[in-house]
Amino acid sequence: MLSAHGLTCVRGDRRLFSDLDLTLQAGEWLHVRGENGAGKTSLLRLLAGLAQPADGDIRWCGEPIDNAQDYRRNLLFFGHHGALKEDLTALENLEFAAAMDGASLTLEVALRALQRFGLKGREQLPVRVLSAGQKRRVMLARIATRNATLWILDEPFTALDVKAVDLLSTLISDHVTGGGMAILTSHQTMPIPGGRVVQL
Amino acid sequence: MNAILAVARRDLLMVMRRKSEVLTALFFFVIVTSLFPLGIGPEPTLLRKIAPGVLWVAALLATMLGLQRMFAADHADGTLEQMAISPTPLVMLVVGKIGAHWLVSGLPLVLIAPILGIQFDLDASALGILVVALLLGTPLLSLIGSIGAALTLGVRGGGVLLSLLVLPLFIPALIFGAGAVEAHISGLGAGGHLSLLAAMLALAVFFAPWATTAALRIALE
Amino acid sequence: MSNRLINWFRFASPHNFYPLAGKMIPVFWALAAVFAVAGLWMGFFVAPTDAQQGEGYRIIFVHVPASWLSMFIYMVMATWAGIGLSLNARLSSMMAQALAPTGALMAFLSLWTGAFWGKPMWGTWWVWDARLTSELILFFLYLGFMALQASIDDPRRADKAGAIVALVGAVNVPIIYFSVKWWNTLHQGSSVNLAKSSMAVTMLWGMLLMALCFWMYSIAMALTRVRTIILEREAHTEWVKDLPEVKA
Repeated sequence: MLSAHGLTCVRGDRRLFSDLDLTLQAGEWLHVRGENGAGKTSLLRLLAGLAQPADGDIRWCGEPIDNAQDYRRNLLFFGHHGALKEDLTALENLEFAAAMDGASLTLEVALRALQRFGLKGREQLPVRVLSAGQKRRVMLARIATRNATLWILDEPFTALDVKAVDLLSTLISDHVTGGGMAILTSHQTMPIPGGRVVQL
Repeated sequence: MNAILAVARRDLLMVMRRKSEVLTALFFFVIVTSLFPLGIGPEPTLLRKIAPGVLWVAALLATMLGLQRMFAADHADGTLEQMAISPTPLVMLVVGKIGAHWLVSGLPLVLIAPILGIQFDLDASALGILVVALLLGTPLLSLIGSIGAALTLGVRGGGVLLSLLVLPLFIPALIFGAGAVEAHISGLGAGGHLSLLAAMLALAVFFAPWATTAALRIALE
Repeated sequence: MSNRLINWFRFASPHNFYPLAGKMIPVFWALAAVFAVAGLWMGFFVAPTDAQQGEGYRIIFVHVPASWLSMFIYMVMATWAGIGLSLNARLSSMMAQALAPTGALMAFLSLWTGAFWGKPMWGTWWVWDARLTSELILFFLYLGFMALQASIDDPRRADKAGAIVALVGAVNVPIIYFSVKWWNTLHQGSSVNLAKSSMAVTMLWGMLLMALCFWMYSIAMALTRVRTIILEREAHTEWVKDLPEVKA
C-alpha cells in the first residue's frame, strides 16, 4: 500500500541515494540498513513526508502522500528525538499528543499503556526526572496507544535495556502479523518475521 | 478545533511550570520604559509627548525578546516534527501556538501598560486608547514575529538575525499604534488609526500562519 | 513552435545558463556605459539650473534612479525567489541571491545621495522624509534577506527561507510605504520634494536615461554574480570541474 519510485535524496551537495524503489504491503516490514551517513534517516523522513525528495514520488494507496489525507492519520513516526516535553508528565505527554492528532485517549488506556511498559508509579512525574531508558519507554507507550497502520521508526532500540528491547520487538511483531506495516532502521539484527532488507 | 486548543493548553501548561519566562519579558518592558525618563529628563510635558512612542517601542522590543522561544523548544525535542506529520493541519497547530504565545508574552504587556502610562502622566482616556491599541497591536506583533521565529529556527546568530528580519515589518504597527494615542491626545480622534491597526491584524491573522507554516516545513527538511 | 518552448526551458539549468550569461554580460556593460554617458550629459550639461535649488539639485540624477531601481530590484528579486520556491528551481533562487547586493547598493546610494541633497537644502544630513524613511526600511529588508541567506549553511534551505523573507517583505513594502507617508504628513515633516520645482522635460529625460543606465548595470552585476554563485554551488559537478577557468 506504500510505494516509492525513483527516490533521490540530496543533502547539501552530496547525493545520498538515487532512483530508489520500494513497496510495502500489509503484514510486511522493511529493515533499512546502511553505514552511518548513508541516508537511512533521510529516507525515513522522506517517507514520513517531513522532507521533499529531489526526485521521485511516494504514494499511499495510489495517492501522493502530500495529498493523501488519511496517510497522516495512519502514520506513526519516531525520529531520533523522543518527542517528549520534559516539563510535562508522561501521562500529559500522551494525552496532548493524542489531542493534537485529533484522537481521543482515555485516562485508563493511557495509564495501562504506561504501566505495561514499566512506568507504574511514574506516570505523574515530570519526564525530566525519568532516566533515559524510562523516557524511551514512554515512546513505547505512545506507539501502543496510537492506532496507526504504518510505523516508521528511526533507531527505536537506542537506549533500551534488554527487557524493553523485548517489549518493543513483541510490539512490532504483533503489529506486523496483525496486518500492520513498519519501516525500521537499526544496527541490530531483528528477529521479527516477515521482513525485507533495504540496503543503502 | 480541539487540536488548536490542545496545543495552546499544552504551551500554557508548560509556561505555568516555568513562570520565569513570562516575567522576564514583562520586567524588560517595565525597565525599558523607565530608562527613557532617566535618559531624557523628567519634565512632564516632554514625557507626555514621548509616552506613546516609548511605550510602543518597549512593547515591540519585549515581544521580540520572547519570539525565539515560540518554536525553538519544540524544534529541539522533536515535538515540532510530530506536529508536522499530525493529521491536524500544521497551520492550525501554528495558530494555537501563536495564540498561546500572545497570551503569555503580549497580554501581560497590555495589562501593565496603563500603570506605566501613569508614570508618563497620560490621562485616563489616553490610557484607554493605549490599551485598545496594544490589544490590537500585540497579537499583530506575535503573528508577524512568528514568521521570523520559524525562519531562524536553529540558525546561527538566531536572536539578532530575528530582530533584523522582524523589526522593519513591525514598523507599520508602531506607527499606527503610537499614532492612535497621539491622535487622541491632540483631539483628532484615534478611530482611523485603530481601524487601520485592526485591518492589519485581520490581514495578519489570515496570512501570517501560512507563511509561518511554510517556514517551519523548510526548517524541518 | 514546441522547439522554441523547449529552447527556453533549457536555460533553466545552471549548466546551460552559465555560458549564456557569460555572453550577455559584456552587452549589458556596454549598454550601461552608453546610457551613463547620455544620462550624465543630459543631467549635467543640458538640464537647466533649477530656479530654487541651484546646481545642487543635480544629485537627483543619481538619487531618483537609484530609488527606482532599489524598489524595482526588490520586486524582481522577490519574483525570482518565489519562482524558485514554488517550482523548486535552483537557478531562480540563485538569481534572487545575486540581485540582493545590487539592490541593497541602490538603496544605500539613494540614502547617501538623499543626504547630500538634503544638506544644502535643509542644513541637515538627514531628514525624516517619507520617501527617505521608506528607503531606509527597504535597505533593512535587503540586509535581512542577505543576512538570513548568509546564516544558513544548506543552500536549498537558504533559498527557500530567503524566498519567504523576500515575499513577506514584498507584500509589506506597500504597507510600510503607506504607513510612513501617513506618519510623515501627521508630523508635518520636511520633504525633499521634486514636485515643488517644475520639472523641465530635460530633467525627466536625464533621470530616465540614468535609470536605464543603472538598470543595465544591475543586470550586468547580477549576471556576473550569478555566475560566481553557480560555480560555488555546482562545484561538485563534472561540467564545472571541466571548465577552463576552474582547471587553471
